[in-house]
Amino acid sequence: MSEGYLLEVDRLITSFETERGLLRAVDQVSFKVPYGKTVGIVGESGCGKSVTAMSIMRLLPQPAGKILGGEIHFKGEDLLHSSDKRMQQVRGGEIGVIFQEPMSALNPVHRIGRQVAEVFRIHKKMGKKEAWDAATEMLDMLRIPAPAKRMMDYPHHLSGGMRQRVVIALALACRPDLIIADEPTTALDVTVQAQILDLLGNLQSEMGMSLVLITHDLGVIAETCDEVVVMYAGRVVESAPVDELFENPLHAYTKALLRSIPTLDTVPKSVLPTIPGTVAGLGDHSHGCRFCQRMGRDGPVTRERPKFKEVEPGHWLEICKECSNL
Amino acid sequence: MFEPVSDTPMLTAENLRVHFPVKSGVFLRQTGAVKAVDGISLELGVGETLGLVGESGCGKSTLGKALVRLLEPTSGRIIFEGRDISHISQRVLRPMRRDFQMIFQDPGESLDGRMSVRSLIEEPFRIHGMGNRAERKKWVDDLLTTVGLSQAAAERYSFEFSGGQRQRIGIARALALKPKWLVCDEPVSALDVSVQSQILNLLVDLQKEFDLSYLFIAHDLSVVKHVSDRVAVMYLGKIVELAHSETIYRNPKHAYTKALLSAVPVADPKAKREKVLLEGDVPSPIDPPEGSAFGHRIDHPRYDETIGMDLSLREIEPGHWVAADPCCLEPEDWKKLA
Repeated sequence: MSEGYLLEVDRLITSFETERGLLRAVDQVSFKVPYGKTVGIVGESGCGKSVTAMSIMRLLPQPAGKILGGEIHFKGEDLLHSSDKRMQQVRGGEIGVIFQEPMSALNPVHRIGRQVAEVFRIHKKMGKKEAWDAATEMLDMLRIPAPAKRMMDYPHHLSGGMRQRVVIALALACRPDLIIADEPTTALDVTVQAQILDLLGNLQSEMGMSLVLITHDLGVIAETCDEVVVMYAGRVVESAPVDELFENPLHAYTKALLRSIPTLDTVPKSVLPTIPGTVAGLGDHSHGCRFCQRMGRDGPVTRERPKFKEVEPGHWLEICKECSNL
Repeated sequence: MFEPVSDTPMLTAENLRVHFPVKSGVFLRQTGAVKAVDGISLELGVGETLGLVGESGCGKSTLGKALVRLLEPTSGRIIFEGRDISHISQRVLRPMRRDFQMIFQDPGESLDGRMSVRSLIEEPFRIHGMGNRAERKKWVDDLLTTVGLSQAAAERYSFEFSGGQRQRIGIARALALKPKWLVCDEPVSALDVSVQSQILNLLVDLQKEFDLSYLFIAHDLSVVKHVSDRVAVMYLGKIVELAHSETIYRNPKHAYTKALLSAVPVADPKAKREKVLLEGDVPSPIDPPEGSAFGHRIDHPRYDETIGMDLSLREIEPGHWVAADPCCLEPEDWKKLA
């Protein structure tokens, strides 16, 4: 156990029991979250980003989801072997979660106030009045206008951006040490996204929290993260500090991702570089390099599992003869 | 009102309005209207892509649907190849529908899961009574090749495909009748970046091959810039700025356009820019502010002046149109227009 990391995920394996047998959604994922920093996890849908997050919280769908290997240490504590009672304290108390779809994260039949106050009542054992006041203050902190009035609203009264602020209020209520935000702005307009990311950044530095930000948007990563973890087909293919990753990407998948997004500077109507094919289904993953599998490369490289190594200080890479450029 | 892109624009909208009635009370009397599209004029040239951007709820999709007459406009005119189609009946409209089609955002929801890909793509031919069985089979196979799917895909069902492949099926369906122009309503926003670039390339290729025109609706400004010749920025049912896409991104004039552009996250950690953060959300189109809608949102000191003022688009530079709104323009730009 090294000092200086709030969260350490080490060779995490998460599988799902299905009709087709045990399918491995997360295959030996390792990364570390330093105190007070933001770590972005980026990848295409189905690459295991969200499953990784849910594994940390031990919120996998039951009974199908199973953590079959690896370790998760949070403030030195082994989360995989903590009791369910302890996990209830951790969730919402020490680790807050922000989900993508604020409408499904909020209960439609309860007032906003009751839902935010509930966090204080459960985790801080506050009385009704005290919890209500704390909740109002929380909404105010998230720059929700007229917080006392909003407390009496139902989720459907609020706009998407306001709802997402309420969800963030829920996550931040107990001033957790870690926030896991799973695509927090994907459902929002760019203008509202900018507001929310700005707010999240400010609150983070005010409270000294660490943030794990899961997104598919490399722009969001570049603007908010200190470190980036790139996932492909259940594995981490590369991780590095943000400047390093954008300037000196070493894995073919990272490079392809970075090239395939149109920016405001690309020549209009020019041919965008694409990644051929699609991600293989969970059951069809090769044991070897999975990006080689996507590119249709066969041979010895695809049979042996590539090693995940630190190639430069802080820059980790899955070493494959075809995909990594060393 | 606009300088035509080509001598005869393929499609012209004049002062188009689409209002949805709001009914309330026991007798469901109309008590108001959602002014989703509120006085829009635009032109679409042959082979041109007009990008349409704006926040959700600004009326982008409603405008797109009205232009292909999936909705009947409340007032104003839509002229397609010299013919006013704004109020003609569905019966008269049906044969004309070959010429304009729509690509939807969520290909998973817009394709019937109980139909095979072949019957999905064949459906437009059947509706329009075109070809015999053998001809239709050949057309479907050709279309699949055009959009980059294997012919074996025809006998499968849409849910067996990934999002990007489903969008290709949606595009094949839209192309079946050889339309002249297409509304693409957020065609790539549900897709992953690597697949998104495949579909964008396909749309650009198809445009060159068939000389198609697109009205390209999206909220991702980088995507819009990539495919569009001109871009229109919409805010609360109105176009507030319209120009060639290079111009609008290099030299935006309207405060809303500037705010939208600065909100786009840039995939370059070194480019730390000053952001113009907007407060609040788009106001309700049921009860829009009387004056400048954006001036109201940013609480501009000159808002009161704009009540009752003509805020319509004016040409500030050749080909660059912007709403004549003192709240949203730099003082020197406002002087040029006033």
